Amino acid sequence: MTHVGYLVAGWGSAFLIIGIYTWVLIQRGNRLAKRVPVEKQRWMSARDEAERIGDA
Amino acid sequence: MLSDVLLIAGKDLRVELRSRIALNQVVPFALLVLVLFGFALDADSSTLATFTPGLYWVAVVLAALLAVHRSVSLEDGDGADEGLLMSGLHPASVFLGKAVALIAELLLLALVLLGGVLILYGAPVDDVTLLLLTTVAAVIGVGAAGTLYGALLSGQRARETILPILLLPVLAPVVIGASRAFGDAMGSVATDGWSWLLSLTGFAMLYLAVGSVAHGALMEEA
Amino acid sequence: MTTTQEVVETGRFDTATGSRTTRMLGWALIVGLIVLLWLAFVATDPDIRIDAASGDEIGQFDAVRLIYVHVPMAIVAYTAFTVTAIGSVMVLLRRSVWWDLVAGASAEIGAVASALTLITGSIWGRPIWNTYWRWDDVRLMTTLVLFMLALGYLAVRRLEGSAESRARRAAIVGILLVINSIIVNRSVEWWASQTLHQQSTITDAAIEDLTLFTFMYAIVFGLAGYVWLLIKGFRVAWLERQNERFGLVEALEQRRAEAERTDAVNAAVDTGTGDQS
Repeated sequence: MTHVGYLVAGWGSAFLIIGIYTWVLIQRGNRLAKRVPVEKQRWMSARDEAERIGDA
Repeated sequence: MLSDVLLIAGKDLRVELRSRIALNQVVPFALLVLVLFGFALDADSSTLATFTPGLYWVAVVLAALLAVHRSVSLEDGDGADEGLLMSGLHPASVFLGKAVALIAELLLLALVLLGGVLILYGAPVDDVTLLLLTTVAAVIGVGAAGTLYGALLSGQRARETILPILLLPVLAPVVIGASRAFGDAMGSVATDGWSWLLSLTGFAMLYLAVGSVAHGALMEEA
Repeated sequence: MTTTQEVVETGRFDTATGSRTTRMLGWALIVGLIVLLWLAFVATDPDIRIDAASGDEIGQFDAVRLIYVHVPMAIVAYTAFTVTAIGSVMVLLRRSVWWDLVAGASAEIGAVASALTLITGSIWGRPIWNTYWRWDDVRLMTTLVLFMLALGYLAVRRLEGSAESRARRAAIVGILLVINSIIVNRSVEWWASQTLHQQSTITDAAIEDLTLFTFMYAIVFGLAGYVWLLIKGFRVAWLERQNERFGLVEALEQRRAEAERTDAVNAAVDTGTGDQS
């Protein structure tokens, strides 16, 4: 196989960056979930309170 | 409508005439940038003459950031933005008024800088009409986009740092177009400067239109 | 054992951003990734053609395998920014909370994907074009400026102010994101007036069946990954919003309880010293 270094660098950077982003995103979610009351954590169950921006 | 625009523009320009911030601080800054380019490029006059169009427009855009900043900060203190909202003026008039004032200041800045590059860099001029029309069209584009993004960030403490990252990519097409047109007008690039002038005019028109529409939404939430 | 229905009704979840949908999609993505790697590195042939005139081997050789990650990234990036722009319009038209959160989550993914488009493209360009970067390539420049515009958009989302004013500012920048990238695209195209980029490789008849399939598969896989990330991102954005609205109340209650406890202790200490004097 030719260009092995380039292939490793290209695919590797894609895996690395997407992996880091996904991990950070999930960590952010876990951290926030500890601070938000359980019944208000999901849009599906808490959406009725504020459908429009600016609604209290 | 037109009188409202002139009212707002007159207000901003009167403040500028009394404070002289643009004249005493922004223009010297822009000239300093030109001098620094000279130092960085070893004052090699042939290099400087070749790159004059690009260096000139980078200097204008950097100085424009300061001018936009100043233009927005006029409405920051003493509840001036609420005053504008209460005045009952149409948001589009307010936008165009602020844009006209900013464009007038930038035009002055651009002309001083133009003298600067002609003297300091020894740039030749082939086509004065194209040079001046390009300056006007590009400055209107920069002023319109600057006013819009400035209004977007009004009242934000982080404005100084966010304005450049928002505005500079937006102004990239202006830098490209104006540098090309200048290159033609100064005889350093073989390109059709007039068609670039046309595209710069298009950019200016677009941003004046978009700004007039969007300013309504921005003032509503202020 | 709780059923999905109960979980939705009671609002209890085993993880903060996970659900049955994202778990199933996640497992499908893991299997799909293994298939993608097999297709991209084992099943497909390297790009080797014979030059008719000289008889030499020409082509991209194994570097072509970078295209299977580069092109899906570009398509995901442009899809993500399109969704952000649509969301921005919906925010201005309908004041929709849902679209505001979708637009924000999508722009984040778009920023990551456009950065990766540039990185993988540069790495591919080095052996094939003999350079990491081309200034005269309109797609490179457009993607770069779009990436920078996206950073600006994300910065605007983090500004201070009421939820309403932030959403409205972000929506305006989000719509300008599309207008600006079109202007940049037009002006760079005119400026460069040439491109090294391969025009419409997909319709090229010379491309082999399996290569074409891998290409299409990679794009579908990329878009599926985008959907998974978007659902996760939306849930995080919703939690962020809910944290702003209710998290503070909870924190204040805790503080108040703490203060009451300290007050009680202080009172006890005070009475203690009062007795002595």
